[in-house]
Amino acid sequence: MTREAMPRDFGFGPDEEMLRDLAHKLLDEEMPIEKLRRLVAADPTTTYEAGQRPDWDEALWAQCVELGWSGLAVPERDGGADVRLVGIAGLVEEVGRHCLPSPLVATLNASQALRAAGTEEAHRALARIAAGAPATLAITDHTGAWDPARTDIEALPQGEGFSLSGRAYFVQDAFKADLLVVNVRTPDGSALCAVPCEAVGVTFHQDHIHDLTRDQATVHFAGVAVAAEDVVSRDGAQTLRAAWPAILTTVAADLCGCSEWQLQTTVEYAKTRKQFDRPIGFFQAVKHPLSNAMIAIDRARSLVYHAACCIDSGHEDALMAARMAKSAASDAGRFVSDRSVQLHGGIGFTWECDVHLYFKRSMHNQALYGDATHQRRKLADILIGPIGG
Amino acid sequence: MATLTAEQLEFQEYARGWLAEHPAPAPTERMPITPLEVMTTGQRDYLQAWQHRVYEAGLVGADYPSAYGGGGHEGCQRIANQEMARAGAPMLLNVVGLNMAAPTILVHGTEAQKKRFIPGCLSGEEIWCQGFSEPGAGSDMANQQTSAVRRGDDWVVNGHKVWTSLGHFAQWMILLARTSKEHKYDGLTYFLMPIEGHPGVTVRPLVKITGEAGFNEVLFEDAVASDAQRLDDVGKGWTVAMTTLTYERGAAESAGGGGGDEVHPVQRLVNLARETWRDGQRAADDPITRDAIVERAIVAEGIKQNGRRARVEALCEHPMRLPLQQKLTTSEFSQANARLGVDIAGARSTLYKLDEAAPDAGYWPLAYMNSYGHTIAAGTNEIQRNILGERVLGLPKSK
Repeated sequence: MTREAMPRDFGFGPDEEMLRDLAHKLLDEEMPIEKLRRLVAADPTTTYEAGQRPDWDEALWAQCVELGWSGLAVPERDGGADVRLVGIAGLVEEVGRHCLPSPLVATLNASQALRAAGTEEAHRALARIAAGAPATLAITDHTGAWDPARTDIEALPQGEGFSLSGRAYFVQDAFKADLLVVNVRTPDGSALCAVPCEAVGVTFHQDHIHDLTRDQATVHFAGVAVAAEDVVSRDGAQTLRAAWPAILTTVAADLCGCSEWQLQTTVEYAKTRKQFDRPIGFFQAVKHPLSNAMIAIDRARSLVYHAACCIDSGHEDALMAARMAKSAASDAGRFVSDRSVQLHGGIGFTWECDVHLYFKRSMHNQALYGDATHQRRKLADILIGPIGG
Repeated sequence: MATLTAEQLEFQEYARGWLAEHPAPAPTERMPITPLEVMTTGQRDYLQAWQHRVYEAGLVGADYPSAYGGGGHEGCQRIANQEMARAGAPMLLNVVGLNMAAPTILVHGTEAQKKRFIPGCLSGEEIWCQGFSEPGAGSDMANQQTSAVRRGDDWVVNGHKVWTSLGHFAQWMILLARTSKEHKYDGLTYFLMPIEGHPGVTVRPLVKITGEAGFNEVLFEDAVASDAQRLDDVGKGWTVAMTTLTYERGAAESAGGGGGDEVHPVQRLVNLARETWRDGQRAADDPITRDAIVERAIVAEGIKQNGRRARVEALCEHPMRLPLQQKLTTSEFSQANARLGVDIAGARSTLYKLDEAAPDAGYWPLAYMNSYGHTIAAGTNEIQRNILGERVLGLPKSK
């Protein structure tokens, strides 16, 4: 990445706007709330008691691939669209706003890790993504520490490649993916491997989760053979660190989209629901928290575009900006979710009211790759210096 | 707004060059944090001379028509403000004249009023104060009791205005007064009222919770305004006042000058935490203090990036959504920042600035107490939350 001057408009130009507006229109048409409800929340017992994975719209995913969205973060030489992160942030906000069940965010994040690796092996994997293969990161250990240096998968040398054994935890949309980007410990350090989901020795064990708009799994590796051409990075921890700002920013953008839907939906309810002969939005105990929610969302959104712009420009503050964005977006998501249920009152506490879908997706996103406090702890080391230092 | 026009680029280069060649002289005494806390004539003289100088150089009033003493440019004042801030130039004293009186007169004034009053606002030769607030008219600003009664060609003013910043130096006041008791809103009229040395006008200092003076109350006892000093029509005062408030609330961003506060406010907190010891460790090593400081840093960066995003139309669905947040977010940021400084300073936060052991010369508790001026003034933050909820989110009106 070359370092450019930081554009004052975040680099969000007509192309980025067009992509965002297209996503808005398409998802309004293809994933209206009634359809989402039917798809993922038809019956709580099938999900939460029988443990079935919620449905998703594979035809819509095919349409996303057709539009080139799955290859947005893939370089042009590998057949991708190579859209800057500000453009991706705009699209992912719409994905969050529509609570879209899809491997899109997982695929974009896996692409970021492969881009950061930058090897010929990584480019080959990126070309597979551009051709339509959904991908996901299998990088987290059993503690969920969000630390690239930690993994529970051992890679033993086998020929020019490796044999993988162990487990990857908290793998997002694993059941929708074709390709895994796996963080492994090698005798010399760490590596990232591109492993097809159908590889011999790979098995998927579903995590039972609250969020109805994605799936999650623990992926077991039992002596999985990885050829040298699938070892995409010979310093996995370093590669993941380089991709981390883009990954955090992408999840933060999804959070911002969720939060904006929650705000607008709760505002509409406050305008129509009457108590004491007035719409409840008249009362300041309702009005002021909604204004506060807007302020929290706007802070997060501005920080998301700033972070994306820093990453696009190769700015040295990219990690700091991304951690700020993820922290602010997680805090905003938490506050807006809280008020969206509370201000809907009794109905907000039920399965009938759609706010629960967004509440759970937001809560999942808040935790993913480190919550607000985690990000601030890391930021303190940057801004204040390490404890005792 | 991403790129500057050729004219703006030329202006930017000129402004930068001028400021580099004409650094401000060293202040004759310690300057306050904002123009609203100017207390002594020494401070006034220094700041007034500086405003006159930058006005003469074309860095103030750049976008006003030249017929009213301005530079006749377009979109150049923001650039001038940025350059003054970047150069760490002194603040501009005549804030009420610049940010409230001049833009309101430009919108509502007669040709004669524009020619008479705007040049003095810009150059700082005539200092202005604001006469909207009264003991019984705070958040409910239309509840004005100060009366103006017609007598021939004149108006006779009686009443009591409060929280009048700069009143002790002002020659003029933008005054809201009641000309009819029949209508709450339509019974108000707006005047450009002479203050200094004017018969029937008494300016008395009001002491703030910090013990500092800095603002005033102004009493009118049969004080006379001529009809030529009425701004816009009789009964249109509320509309004119709304114009003023729009400019006032937007002015924080464009406030000229850097105020000499060169250290980022969050960095000041970090510095304080590093030199403060508690339980045998530095406050900077305490995880809870660290979290609180970083939270401040995120809010600070958010405010900055909101300002940047507000100019990117494609990222603003509602044009007033970010601008209307600004007064609220900046005032609450300063308040929480100062309060955190008090917390970090711990036992030493008890010390007043006269005490040599007071950290940062007693800045934190004073800044904390003074911060309420900003969360209350220009429409309390509770009123701001109503405005956001009603005008941006479309919730039912509270009044």
